[in-house]
Amino acid sequence: MSVSTLEPTQTPQPPQPKHPERHWKDFFGFSTDHKVIAIQYFVVSFVFYLIAGAMATSIRVELATPDADFLGYENYNGVLTLHGTMMIFLWIVPAGAAFANYLIPLMIGAKDMAFPVLNGLAFWLVPPGGALLLLSLLAETPPSAGWTSYPPLSLMTGQVGQMMWILAVLLLGTSSILGGVNFVTTILKMRIKEMGLYDMPLFCWAMLATSMLILISTPVLAGALILLSFDLLAGTAFFNPTGGGDPIVYQHMFWFYSHPAVYIMILPVFGLISDILPVHARKPIFGYKAIAYSSLAIAFLGNIVWAHHMFTSGTPGWLRMFFMAATMVIAVPTGIKIFSWVATIWGGKLRLNSAMLFAIGFVSMFLVGGLSGVMVASVPFDIHVHDTYFIVAHFHYVLFGGSVFGIYAGIYHWYPKMVGRMLDETWGKVHFALTFVGFNLCFFPMHILGLQGMPRRVVQYDPAFADINRICTIGSIILAVSTLPFLFNAVYCWFWGEKALPNPWNALTLEWQTSSPPIIENFEEEPVLWSGPYDYGIDSEPEEDTRSVADLLAEVKAEM
Amino acid sequence: MQTTAETTQEHGAIAVEQAHGHGDHPDHRLFGMGVFLFAEAMIFLGLFAAYLTFRSVAEVWPPAGTPERELLLPGINTIILISSSFVMNRGNQAIKQDDVKGMQFWFGLTAALGAIFLAGQGYEYYTNTFGLTDNLFTSTFYVLTGFHGLHVMFGLSLILLVLLRSRTPGHYSSTSHFGIEASELYWHFVDVVWIVLFLILYIL
Repeated sequence: MSVSTLEPTQTPQPPQPKHPERHWKDFFGFSTDHKVIAIQYFVVSFVFYLIAGAMATSIRVELATPDADFLGYENYNGVLTLHGTMMIFLWIVPAGAAFANYLIPLMIGAKDMAFPVLNGLAFWLVPPGGALLLLSLLAETPPSAGWTSYPPLSLMTGQVGQMMWILAVLLLGTSSILGGVNFVTTILKMRIKEMGLYDMPLFCWAMLATSMLILISTPVLAGALILLSFDLLAGTAFFNPTGGGDPIVYQHMFWFYSHPAVYIMILPVFGLISDILPVHARKPIFGYKAIAYSSLAIAFLGNIVWAHHMFTSGTPGWLRMFFMAATMVIAVPTGIKIFSWVATIWGGKLRLNSAMLFAIGFVSMFLVGGLSGVMVASVPFDIHVHDTYFIVAHFHYVLFGGSVFGIYAGIYHWYPKMVGRMLDETWGKVHFALTFVGFNLCFFPMHILGLQGMPRRVVQYDPAFADINRICTIGSIILAVSTLPFLFNAVYCWFWGEKALPNPWNALTLEWQTSSPPIIENFEEEPVLWSGPYDYGIDSEPEEDTRSVADLLAEVKAEM
Repeated sequence: MQTTAETTQEHGAIAVEQAHGHGDHPDHRLFGMGVFLFAEAMIFLGLFAAYLTFRSVAEVWPPAGTPERELLLPGINTIILISSSFVMNRGNQAIKQDDVKGMQFWFGLTAALGAIFLAGQGYEYYTNTFGLTDNLFTSTFYVLTGFHGLHVMFGLSLILLVLLRSRTPGHYSSTSHFGIEASELYWHFVDVVWIVLFLILYIL
């Protein structure tokens, strides 16, 4: 199916089918192999994570003191805008696509994605988008209206930088849509014959829900950005009140994408966690169907709650009531997931390795973000904390404590499969400890800052907030340092790590039924679905074995 | 497990395989095309929703000073575009009978109708007495019809591509004609978008 493997077959009757070898150059060009594309996604998105992380650290260093003395007034808004935009569109969204690319075909026993060329194309839209965003920092006026780019602010902060921002987001959005088309088709159409929808690993369910969200909401953001660029360049006034336009319409269109975008970023991670916890707890997943359906429920509800970001934008009261209620309802499917995960590890034989630590860290940190999410869903509270550091704390608990912890858990879990070597556990645990401490030190005090009234997106603040801000900055530096052991570990083990067996964790899903790393078209022979994805610790022989040890030995001898 | 395996057969690869008869390589391209068109539809829905919101919150619509819109030419254009969809379907029917000549005739006619539609829209733009930046209505008018016009242009190129490819003998047959089905699906999509556009921009 993949073009790269269409080499001329010289021998008509090969006794053993020879698979072409993977060449390192494959990773640096246009490839149609889903595993190569996934690694490309991983590396590119991680590079942008480091860049955007460096930006975050410089923002925190700036905020260590109440005065604008590090980045200064000129650079702060640009760095802040690019930090948010890159973390979302160039780190978490493509990292989700990386896992989806790697795991979906392997988990469903396919040779590749449904449309391999389209898949390569979708990836190759990402680096230009990222380059454009980085270049926009060099424009005379970098994009400085925040990642939301609300008009009229975004129409007043300089044309060139803002237009580069729009083009970059359009490119990255297109990439995301093309990926979504591929994932939906692959999951629905390419499973091995024996695998029904309810035999799929939960990651596939999560990606099905994610892809639907991408297909429903991303195009609307594209529509908003098209109109915004007309306002910016052609002098129309769709969102410009001075010409009779309505900036609130932009907010509606923007959040129609950007609220679901939260679920586009967290649902894949929900899927990863549902696949990691049972393996390392050696227990079946608790409530397979509940977790699968709750992903779909979250995808549906995620589409009808966007205006809770606009409670202070003059949204009429009755509309606020609807969006408040709908938003709170999302806590139900999310709660179902949390309880199912806790019930999964309850009483299990836990292996507390790096993957499991990050997975448990994910559940507990995401819970904090989820609870503060219910708080800000209520209109009176939200009006109080809108645009304060409480919101900053809330969404970092969801996107860092949630998504990033989950992505790390996924990397520790599947690295042996992708690379063929094990990651070092000691360094992994150091990484987890530093991340966990740094993250909480950096973001938990922000709740208090917000309740005390410190506004977000400011470079200069009241000296009364200085002490707590200094704690946050110390946390952010620990967080920055925490990436070093991971980087060292990942690079070192790529070359010199301990060789990984095909199934180092004794897992049941299909990706562990092939070599590590898998051969070019994934499976030597069509994989066999001999158990459900999570049938751990279930005795396949229900009857009591009454034979004695001597009998058993005799049987084994007879077979020899 | 047996029950779930049975239910899959309905939406699994097997059904597609049987329907298309492509041997052991089930063809998912038309399905993927449908999924992609769903995303395309969402862009238009977003733009329509923006237009309707502008309209509903405005005190006077269209804003004062907007010239009266002419209905005759766009009406004729609408009829031309809708009929082209039916014409195009005859082409698909023809290829199912392995009638390449017939397919070429109907697709050629569709392309001509599409070109007439685009020319009519260009003429309308040229004779309009209002410009892009006059007011909120004229801006949305040009952006919506222009965005749709781009899609018509793309659909037209797809049809011309099919016609070009059909010159190779045996390229399309009753069992293998994805290009024909895909371009037809796309054309119908563009057609349906126009009907909604015409209703909300001209009639409403």
